[in-house]
Amino acid sequence: MEQVNNSALAVEMSGISKSFGSFKALDNVDFSVRKGTIHALLGENGAGKSTLMKILYGLYTKDSGEIRIKGEPCEIKNPKQAIGQGIGMVHQHFMLVENMTIAENIVLGNEVTKSFDRLDQELMNRTILEFGEQYGLEVDPEALIMDVSVATQQRVEILKALYRDADILILDEPTAVLTPQEIDSLILTMRRLVEAGKTVIIITHKLKEIMASSDYCTIIRRGRVIDTVKVQDVTEKDLANMMVGREVMLTTDKEEAKPGEVIMEIRNLTVKDNRGLEKVRDLSLTVRKGEILAIAGVDGNGQTELIEALTGLRKTENGEILVNGRHIENGLPLDAHRAGIRTIHEDRHKRGLVLDFQVGENLILESYKRSRFSGLFRFLSWRKINDYSNNQIDRFDIRPAGCAMQKAKELSGGNQQKVIIARTVEQEPDLLLACQPTRGLDVGAIEFVRNALVEQRDQGRAVLLISYELDEVFDLADRINVIYNGQIVADLLPQETDEQAIGLLMAGGTA
Amino acid sequence: MKPILIRALKKPITAVLLAIAVGFIIGAITLALGGFNPGRGFSLLFTGVFSSSRRMMQVLVNAVPIVMTGLAVSFASRTGLFNIGADGQFIMGQVTGAILGYYVPMPAIIHPLFILVSAFAIGGIYGSFAAWLKNRFGIHEVISTIMLNWIAYYFMNFVVNMKSVKVPGSQHSPEILDTAKITFFSREFRTTAEGEAFLAKYPWLESVVRTDAGYAIIIMLLMTLALWVILKYTRIGFELRAVGYNFYAAEFSAMPVRRNALLSMFIAGGTAALGGAMLVMSTSHFISMLGATEGYGWDGISVALIAGNHPIGCLFAGLLYSGLKLGGTEIQSRLGAPTEIINIMIGVLVLCIAFAPALPRLAERLERKVEA
Repeated sequence: MEQVNNSALAVEMSGISKSFGSFKALDNVDFSVRKGTIHALLGENGAGKSTLMKILYGLYTKDSGEIRIKGEPCEIKNPKQAIGQGIGMVHQHFMLVENMTIAENIVLGNEVTKSFDRLDQELMNRTILEFGEQYGLEVDPEALIMDVSVATQQRVEILKALYRDADILILDEPTAVLTPQEIDSLILTMRRLVEAGKTVIIITHKLKEIMASSDYCTIIRRGRVIDTVKVQDVTEKDLANMMVGREVMLTTDKEEAKPGEVIMEIRNLTVKDNRGLEKVRDLSLTVRKGEILAIAGVDGNGQTELIEALTGLRKTENGEILVNGRHIENGLPLDAHRAGIRTIHEDRHKRGLVLDFQVGENLILESYKRSRFSGLFRFLSWRKINDYSNNQIDRFDIRPAGCAMQKAKELSGGNQQKVIIARTVEQEPDLLLACQPTRGLDVGAIEFVRNALVEQRDQGRAVLLISYELDEVFDLADRINVIYNGQIVADLLPQETDEQAIGLLMAGGTA
Repeated sequence: MKPILIRALKKPITAVLLAIAVGFIIGAITLALGGFNPGRGFSLLFTGVFSSSRRMMQVLVNAVPIVMTGLAVSFASRTGLFNIGADGQFIMGQVTGAILGYYVPMPAIIHPLFILVSAFAIGGIYGSFAAWLKNRFGIHEVISTIMLNWIAYYFMNFVVNMKSVKVPGSQHSPEILDTAKITFFSREFRTTAEGEAFLAKYPWLESVVRTDAGYAIIIMLLMTLALWVILKYTRIGFELRAVGYNFYAAEFSAMPVRRNALLSMFIAGGTAALGGAMLVMSTSHFISMLGATEGYGWDGISVALIAGNHPIGCLFAGLLYSGLKLGGTEIQSRLGAPTEIINIMIGVLVLCIAFAPALPRLAERLERKVEA
């Protein structure tokens, strides 16, 4: 980064180091942000980007180094001091009181009162509405937090920071929970904030959003700053390579698909959600051997209910699901397994893994009954299980190496996903359901997961991919089905269409 | 020096030992506040347990019921169910033991086996009823097992109070037949001439002859071992632990989660009932009208907590618990201090166990300081 006048810098962190035990999370990191810019902090999971920002916000204390805010040296020991310096942070997991209104959440701790300590509700509401208009953060101050969407909750968090006079705003993985439209709106808000003279720092590992939103980008790898670049001078691929430290493929190499016989046929399927609303309506589709069929759609158009119906977690109202000629509608998870389906669930912490189990135990979670894992009197043989686990850990490069006895919750997200993939692939399913298989993963892990899916296809198995990310759909799909409002509205080949057309179909338009 | 401390803090056993130490310290303070010499109190507590082999055997005998209820609570816990109902399951075992022990005459050996199997089955059904309620109607097991405890308690009083059962002029059921007793030596044997001669010949067996020591101890050890093996080395145990840690992942992995809840509570209930039946068959020999439950199931919850829900741990926690209780009577009789001191110590101990998860975190913080 070229030299700039100190007064033009909102944040200047130099020589920052921080260790946790023997692990050096940050090693002599220099990080500067210019006033009035959107600055992205890019790195893989565990690279140290969140740690750096938590130091800036006073949640961690640095071991060494110094911080200057707007040119002034300062010690930030706790978030209160950070707020005093005009720094606000929106965490990945929101910190809101569910059963209070939006206005109450925003003013919490900074209430405006009239005489006798009564809250000045009117003034508060007015202030919030003004802020909202100015930055594109419209909310209903009277609504309860538990009744509003995640995107709105995020707006509330941003408003909360602005209400406390923040002019440096840190957003930690802000897009992880948002739909594509909501992401666009967030980027717009960030622009308006910068126009109003504020500074925005976003922590992310999503390259596309950096390209779309940021002015500068600092890349961190294993606790060290690799570079700070002007976003307009670089490409997505440059950023990816710098982040991972080697050449990465943003697109997956694959041969032409050779679809074979039909593995799964869904006919006129109707499924209701917990509230009794029809979320899947008269849906039909087929999946063939040796192809990746991607279901593209915006979250909430019936994908969750469809998966639950296919995996035996939800009753169906109508229609048939035939897998290898067997009916599995209204069955149990066991019936889906017997029919040859294995699933990479979108929620790996809830459904995919037993976090308190060891990695080895998770690797056999679906295959513990096999005779290869038992010894005398059909008792489980932990020696055999450990041999098998170590083997799988090597083969799938699950890190840290030799983690068979470590609890699954101690692994990073990418490695947890590798555990699931190793387990699933090993069972050689006829049909692999992959639901948002790369959600929350960094570029390196995404590459691994996508290659694994293509490999399954090449071995003649069927893959049904459900993804909310169009990039992923286009990267992997041999055929695309667009789901809208519980129905398949289009069956297309990727080479015959493009992102715009699919995007329109996803939103309920016609191509 | 420090790294050793840090490593020690990360071990679960450290939390237990620390909790015991804190329990003793608070006990000492309480004794001192009451005007008693804590040093003398603890020496009495110690000698109350270790002064003779007979006393130590008594600790073991007394430990059987609470180890069994401890196992019942911890086994269910490992599978994600909080079995508050060990007390009721234990009582069902007592009733089974007392009734079958008197009304169903059978030859020796077969009689106790018949009673034990029946008690396990009845306690098991009683326990799994709570799991069925949860599966079928979504009633939380804490609620249902508490209610089932009361039902069992009143059921026992009802049974004892029946005209055909209650021994006239007493408040208890008839004594069980000799064939149903499972002590190594009968109580009468101690006082007979034959017994005296036997003791003179084998003085080292005094602790066995003069206490209610019997097959219950062996069955307790076998149950402990069996439950540990089930959890660690069987497919069912693997499923049960998976359900315990993460119901949703277990369900998604096509494990039969509902059947397993029934099975888990069946084994837990059966284990507690076995404890109840064995108490009748070795020590009490009948059941009585009670104004309140004896609380073996509740002690079992403490035992399971101290044991960290590990079957082998339950054995040691039960022995500790039983040792403290027996030593406590000594404090009362010789020092004049109330046995409640012991209850305070046990209470503090269990409370401190609840802090155990904080220790590894403390260790990490120390580690960081050492590194810095």
